[in-house]
Amino acid sequence: MVATVTTASPHTPPVLSFGGGVPDDASSQPIVHLDVDPFAMDFFADPHPTHEVLRQAGPVVYLDKWNVYAVARYAEVHAVLNDPATFCSSRGVGLSDFAREKPWRPQSLILEADPPAHTRTRAVLNKVLSPAVMKQLRDGFAAAADAKVDELLERRSFDAVADLAEAYPLSVFPDAMGLQKEGRENLLPYAGLVFNAFGPPNQLRQDAIERSAPHQAYVAAQCQRDNLAPGGFGACIHARVDTGDITADEAPLLVRSLLSAGLDTTVNGIGAAVYCLARYPQEFARLRSDLSLARNAFEEAVRYESPVQTFFRTTTRDVEICGCRVGEGEKVLMFLAAANRDPRRWADPERYDITRKTSGHVGFGSGIHMCVGQLVARLEGEVMLSALARKVASIEITGDAKRRFNNTLRGLESLPVTFTPA
Amino acid sequence: MPSITFIHHDTRAETVSANDGDSAMYTALLHGVDGITGECGGGAVCATCHVYVDDNWLGKVGTVGADEDELLEGVASERLPNSRLSCQIKITEALDGLVLRLPERQV
Ligand code: HEM
Ligand code: FES
Repeated sequence: MVATVTTASPHTPPVLSFGGGVPDDASSQPIVHLDVDPFAMDFFADPHPTHEVLRQAGPVVYLDKWNVYAVARYAEVHAVLNDPATFCSSRGVGLSDFAREKPWRPQSLILEADPPAHTRTRAVLNKVLSPAVMKQLRDGFAAAADAKVDELLERRSFDAVADLAEAYPLSVFPDAMGLQKEGRENLLPYAGLVFNAFGPPNQLRQDAIERSAPHQAYVAAQCQRDNLAPGGFGACIHARVDTGDITADEAPLLVRSLLSAGLDTTVNGIGAAVYCLARYPQEFARLRSDLSLARNAFEEAVRYESPVQTFFRTTTRDVEICGCRVGEGEKVLMFLAAANRDPRRWADPERYDITRKTSGHVGFGSGIHMCVGQLVARLEGEVMLSALARKVASIEITGDAKRRFNNTLRGLESLPVTFTPA
Repeated sequence: MPSITFIHHDTRAETVSANDGDSAMYTALLHGVDGITGECGGGAVCATCHVYVDDNWLGKVGTVGADEDELLEGVASERLPNSRLSCQIKITEALDGLVLRLPERQV
């Protein structure tokens, strides 16, 4: 894909050309306009060369296709994530600006909230998904991963997406939530919808919303207290109503957050890790010789593939990012995936290296909104990779990997593989 | 610059200099001190920055907040009376010479 780069003349600072009302300021840097659509199929097919174009063009760029600013270098992505007062979430973390457009569903009380409202709901979910809770879940999640790998070894050849990356989280997460058995087939389509809806009004988003009614009805029902089994994450959220931390109206929406973000993300995270280990057998061999690397091998896959590729913020005031002026009320697109492979931050960023010091990657975000489910994700990823490393000698890709297209999530539709037992 | 000594589980000691205002966790990551993972980057979510504060310093590092107290229930190695999350310890000149012992495991 070729990106045409047009630098606006210094006499007409580009920030003035779209109603930002930013005063002309000779000291501010001109912002490069790019003819890149990061929500188009050809982009999704291979985003990395375009990520490089975005990083090279400047600390801030402007995407004419959707009229948004964008940051793709690590330093700027990290800075935007860590300044929630200037780059807010309450106007939506997708392209749609909630100050101008009605959200397609009732706004999230955590993801699409700013302090102090966010602080309160976040504290609740932090406790529901705490390290102590993970300790209790650990053995069960590990046993389920072992059982899944044993079952796949019996079959030898299968689809690593449907039969592993989807099947494993589906075998543990809905039970951990306390969901009823019926209707779970709605979970992945609902999540696909949510993550498509952060994107622009393209075909992907429109199709997803058009087909959404049954999935939305299912999720709305499952968020109610009566439908959530005792002891699960869902019931634990509702229990916080009794302690006065949240209201009875808020609890179902917080359950909804976990149903939206807790399954498809780990499907794509585990899918990314398996795809990496299959493509880079030397790394799989290193993992097999040192099982303690399992957790970092998963973390590195999250950096390397960035299952969640992008999120937006909205500016609450006129601001300068690295010398580039951005007006109030502008959408800023953060390329988490591009930041995670920025050579300014990472040595040999294109290499999947399971011993890399991954800390600081933004695959789970950074700052106050950094993924509240990160411990669940890492637990699933670690125990699955550990099971694979103990039981499987080699993972061979036996057919074409097919990509799945989503406005926010990156992952595969199918990956035919054959396992050789250890 | 205040210096901090990290004593690994195998008794190896590493002394590094810290920036005023940084957390002890951040200082460890900055200097590549193994034994502190800090998976959540100091967000008080992960409990993988667990340290045991040397008894001589316990009175100077501040007290454990309610959220930290709850997180400490989830640490991978044994929680002791001098357990802290190093991302919640802010380094100041007054902590020059601080000694922190690292647990056997963080996850
Ligand atoms: C590999 C798997 C995962 C990835 C890559 C991922 C990624 C992310 C990212 C990048 C954010 C930051 C959003 C922002 O800054 O606007 C986030 C937030 C969030 N994630 Fe995850 N996530 C994963 C798994 C999970 C799981 C398992 C759950 C639930 C159990 C979850 C629930 C949430 C919620 C509720 C938020 C909003 C937090 C807030 O706004 O404070 N995620 N996630
Ligand atoms: S770094 Fe995660 S709790 Fe301290």
